[in-house]
Amino acid sequence: MVSYILKRLAATLPVMVVVALIVFSLLYLAPGDPAAVIAGDMASAAEVAAIRTKLQLDDPFWVRLLAWVRQVAGGDLGVSIFSNLPVSLLIKQRLEPTIALAVLTMVVAIAIAVPLGVLAAARSGRWIDQFVMAFAVLGFSAPVFVLGYGLIWLFAIELQWLPVQGYRPISDGVGPFLRSLALPAITLGFTYTALIARITRATMLEVLAQDYIRTARAKGLAQGTILARHALKNASVPIVTVIGTGVALLIGGVVVTESVFAIPGVGRLTVDAILRRDYPVIQAVLLIFAAVKVLVNLTVDLLYVVFDPRIRY
Amino acid sequence: MPAAGSASAEASHERRVAVRRILRHRGIVVGGLLLLAMVIGALIAPFVVGDPQELNPIARLMPPGEEAWFGTDHLGRDIFTRTLHGGRVSLLVGLSVAVLASTFGTVIGLVAGFVRSADGPLMRIMDGVMAIPAILLAIAMVAVTRPSVANVVFAVTVVETPRVARLVRSVVLTIREQPYIEAAFASGTRVPRILLRHVLPNTAAPLIVQATYVAAAAILIESLLSFLGTGTPAAIPTWGNIVAEGRTYFQIATWIIFFPGLFLAITVLAINLLGDGLRDLLDPRHTDR
Repeated sequence: MVSYILKRLAATLPVMVVVALIVFSLLYLAPGDPAAVIAGDMASAAEVAAIRTKLQLDDPFWVRLLAWVRQVAGGDLGVSIFSNLPVSLLIKQRLEPTIALAVLTMVVAIAIAVPLGVLAAARSGRWIDQFVMAFAVLGFSAPVFVLGYGLIWLFAIELQWLPVQGYRPISDGVGPFLRSLALPAITLGFTYTALIARITRATMLEVLAQDYIRTARAKGLAQGTILARHALKNASVPIVTVIGTGVALLIGGVVVTESVFAIPGVGRLTVDAILRRDYPVIQAVLLIFAAVKVLVNLTVDLLYVVFDPRIRY
Repeated sequence: MPAAGSASAEASHERRVAVRRILRHRGIVVGGLLLLAMVIGALIAPFVVGDPQELNPIARLMPPGEEAWFGTDHLGRDIFTRTLHGGRVSLLVGLSVAVLASTFGTVIGLVAGFVRSADGPLMRIMDGVMAIPAILLAIAMVAVTRPSVANVVFAVTVVETPRVARLVRSVVLTIREQPYIEAAFASGTRVPRILLRHVLPNTAAPLIVQATYVAAAAILIESLLSFLGTGTPAAIPTWGNIVAEGRTYFQIATWIIFFPGLFLAITVLAINLLGDGLRDLLDPRHTDR
C-alpha cells in the first residue's frame, strides 16, 4: 500500500515536469521577439528593452528555464508585468470566489447527478431514464456562455428571482452569497452533472444485472436497501473516477462562467492576464490549474482503496 | 446460381441491411439532418444573404421581425446574416481540427503502441498536455500567437491530439497481441506494412467516433475563445464573436445572443447525436458509457 502510494506520487513528477516545460515554452510559440510580444503593438523600443532586461530574456533558454523552475519550486510565482504586484498575491485576492463557486457546484452537481443516475437505472426504459439520457446529451452540447445568458434572461431579467451578475462574499451573509452563486453554479455544473449522471446510470445498470443483486431481491430486501447498499456501493469506483476527472471541466468552465457573471475570481484574472499578455500571471495560473488537476487525479486513485476494499496494491 | 452472383447479391443485401440500420437510428437521422442543414446554411451564406458587416445606422437594435428575421445589433447589422456566416468559421474549425487531431493522434498512437522505446516519452508528453485544462491552454496559445483562424485551429488541435493518441495507442496495444499480427511478423512482413494493413484498419471504428467528439469539442472551444476575445479576430463574424459583442446590449436586445447561441448549441448537439449513433452502430460491445 505504502509502496503503491509512493509509486503513484512519483508518477506525477514527470507529468508536472512536462507541464512546466510546456507552460514555460509557450512564449516561444510566437514568431519574433518574446519581449515585443509581451509589450504589445503600442510599445516603444525602450519599453521592449526594459521587459527584456526584467525577464532576463537575453540568457539562453535552458538557463532561464532552470532559474524559473528553481524560483517556482521555492514558492515564488513572479511579478505581474501589468500591475507590478506579486502573482501569488493577485491569485490569493481572487481565490475566494473561485473556490466558493467550484465547491458549491461540485456539491450541488453530485447531489443531483448520483440520485438521478441511480433512479434512471432502477427505472430503466421509463420516462425518468429517457429524461436522464436526453439531459446527458444536452449537457454535453450546451455552450457554457450560452447557457449562462439563457439562465440570466429567464431567472434574473424575466422572473427577477436572482441577481443578474456579480458576487457577494460569504461575509455579506449566507443568503446573498448563495443567491449570487446560484446561476453561476447551475451554468458551471450543467455538463458536469450530465457526465456524472450518465456514468452513474451506466454503472448501476451493469451492477443491477449481477447475480448478487438477484440474491438480495430473492431475500426480500427493500428496493432502497438494494440500490444504496448493494448496488451503489459496488458502482462507486467509476462514479468517483468521473467526479475526479470531471474537475477538468470545472476548471475550464470557471474561466468562462466568471466572465459571464462578472465574478472577480481566478478565472477572470486568467482572462484579463491573457488579454493583457501578462505572461508571469498566465504561467502561474496554468501551472496551478494543472497541479490541481493532477492532484485530484492522484486523490481519486488513492480513494479507490477506500471505496472498494477488494482493490489491494 | 453461380457462386459469384450469390456473393454479390449477399453483399448488396448486407449493404441494404446496414443502410436500414443507420436510417432506423433516431440519433443518426436527427443529428445528421440538423448538421446537414447547418452545413448547407454555411455554404450558401455568401450567396443568399448580404454582407455580414454591412452597417445600417437607422435600423439599430431592431427586434426580430419581418425586415430582419433575427433582429439587428447595435450597428444595425443583420443578425440572421451574421449568424449564417458565423457557421462557416465554426464548421471549418470543427472539420479541420477533427482531421488534423485524428491524423497526428493516430501517428503518435501507432508509434507509441508499437515502438516500446518511444511509448514512455510520447505518452508522458501527452499526459502533460492533458494535465493543463484544454480551454486554458488553447486561449494561452492563441493569445501568445495572435488571434487568427489558423492559430485557433493549431491551438485546438494541440489540446485535442492527446486524447486521440491515447485511444489509438490502447487499440494498438490490444491488437498487437493478436495471433494474426504474430503470424504477419513470422512471415516476414515489415513493420510499416503491418501497421498500415493490419493495425490501422482496426482503429478506424473508434477513431471515427472519437473524431466526431473532437469536432464537437473544437467548435465549442472556438466559440469560447471568440467569446473571451482571444479567438477568431473580431472582424470575422463567428458565433462566439457575435455573442461577445451582444453581451453589452443583452438586457435590451436578447436576440443578438440568442440566435447565434442557439445555432451553436444545435450544431454541437447534432454532432454529438451523430457520434453517439455511430458509436452504437460501430461498437456492438459498447454499453452506453
